[in-house]
Amino acid sequence: MISFCIFTLQLMGMEKDMEQMFQEKIDKEIRIEPKDWMPEKYRQTLIRQISQHAHSEIVGMLPEGNWITRAPNLRRKAILLAKVQDEAGHGLYLYSAAETLGISRDEMYEQLHSGKAKYSSIFNYPTLSWADMGAIGWLVDGAAIMNQVPLCRTSYGPYARAMVRVCKEESFHQRQGFEILLTLSRGTEAQRRMARDSINRWWWPSIMMFGPKDDESPNTIQSMKWKIKRFTNDELRQKFVDICAEQIKILNLTIPDPDLKWNEEKGHYDFGTINWDEFWQVIAGNGPCNKERLDARKKAWEEGAWVREAATAHAQKRAQRLAEKRA
Amino acid sequence: MNTSLINYTLHLADNALILGHRNSEWCGHGPALEQDIAISNIALDGIGQARNLYQYAAVLSNNGATEDSLAYLRDVIDFKNLLITELPNGDWAQTTLRQFLFSAYQFYFYQQLEKSADQQLAAIATKSLKEVTYHLRWSSEWVIRLGDGTAESHDKMVKAIAEIWNYTGELFLPASYEKELAASGIAVDLAVIQPLWEQKVSAVFAEATIAIPEKSFAQKGGKEGIHTEHLGYILAEMQFLQRAYPGAEW
Repeated sequence: MISFCIFTLQLMGMEKDMEQMFQEKIDKEIRIEPKDWMPEKYRQTLIRQISQHAHSEIVGMLPEGNWITRAPNLRRKAILLAKVQDEAGHGLYLYSAAETLGISRDEMYEQLHSGKAKYSSIFNYPTLSWADMGAIGWLVDGAAIMNQVPLCRTSYGPYARAMVRVCKEESFHQRQGFEILLTLSRGTEAQRRMARDSINRWWWPSIMMFGPKDDESPNTIQSMKWKIKRFTNDELRQKFVDICAEQIKILNLTIPDPDLKWNEEKGHYDFGTINWDEFWQVIAGNGPCNKERLDARKKAWEEGAWVREAATAHAQKRAQRLAEKRA
Repeated sequence: MNTSLINYTLHLADNALILGHRNSEWCGHGPALEQDIAISNIALDGIGQARNLYQYAAVLSNNGATEDSLAYLRDVIDFKNLLITELPNGDWAQTTLRQFLFSAYQFYFYQQLEKSADQQLAAIATKSLKEVTYHLRWSSEWVIRLGDGTAESHDKMVKAIAEIWNYTGELFLPASYEKELAASGIAVDLAVIQPLWEQKVSAVFAEATIAIPEKSFAQKGGKEGIHTEHLGYILAEMQFLQRAYPGAEW
């Protein structure tokens, strides 16, 4: 019994040493790779964050996919389809990155379908007009980029590398979205109305995308220490507001916030109070489309079950035939 | 002759657009992420081919038509796509079977069109053939996988054949404009590609352990503007913005 206790203590000591070495690596900006030792909490935090990010890409295909069949011309139709397809690709890279941490894609899907895993709440809002394809590109992808660019330098290697590819495509999407709004803003009065309405609906949910205020974000401190995260929610939100407040001038439209104004002293824009009650309600499942989005994902997964089973069965048959042939 | 060439080009463009549109309905709803990407990619190729062909038809029309006026401002009676392309997607068996039957046709079709006396059509065929080669491989694999997968997937593939087979006869029934252009070496002689298509279908069906239906009746009319009830709904959805906001730029 005594020897067992000593052994446990030794192990605990080792764990502490390992953690120290791990933190030293992080501090020296050495990337953590899948086979490296890592604290269990670091692994779990990454699984949570990367899978949440992957789910956001996949659920995020739905609101925009909603307009592929109604895109107003062939060029826009092709661009939108390619864009939504890119998101499926991002989902793939990210699921693969998460898999390096010891969780399977099927397990992650299960967590999404059961509601255990979250995805970005922004996709629980409806796309009601073509202008929403513009607003999603400009605001939603814009906010996503703000969050994601620092992730290209995140401490976990596979995640950082996936993000480099994701960011390249996202910045393209953001420009496409802005261009849709620019075209509408220079179009007919009906089109300007469409653009105004869309920005009115997407502005506040977009700035909520950066997450709760810093003093209410429980994971931020540890994530910053591990260099998973490099900026706080409020820092990124401020950066985003500053950029949008300038870009809206090119569109000759208005951001729906009467308190938005330049603060000379701070060198930043001040902006109004976010409706945090709405934020938490949507996270809790009470957004306009939470049910539709999750139902659509579950339906695709359940209706695809026989297809995946057939593919597996056929692959086994082929392998067996090949083995028999060789024998 | 110019009217026939415009009609022929529109027929090819409409095939590509309508099937591309149908396939795009899968985007975000596929049975697995990789396959969602694949079917969206095939949809995208279709829309790309349609654009090349509509742009050419617009030039030939020489009346201010554009790729978008041709796609968005014509009605059901003007569309000349094959009926098979406008059928609802059904399940994954129906979608992949339809793609296989159409891609096998398009593969041999474009191989012939590459030799067309019309250089523009020949060039579009060459460009499209690379894409169609992949569509044919991908869809053949799915027909085989589902036919020779589980009992359930086999049944679904058999059911898909029952749903779709009668729409394959039209592939090889030339419209009046095709007959005219085939005589001048512009259009593909469908009699040449029919046996190649039959051979390919037989080979893939054999590997998929499924049978070609003994009896069939050719549902036709698409090439001449007589469609199924489905096309009207596709156009109502696709053309909504252009119809609701006439003259707007997007």
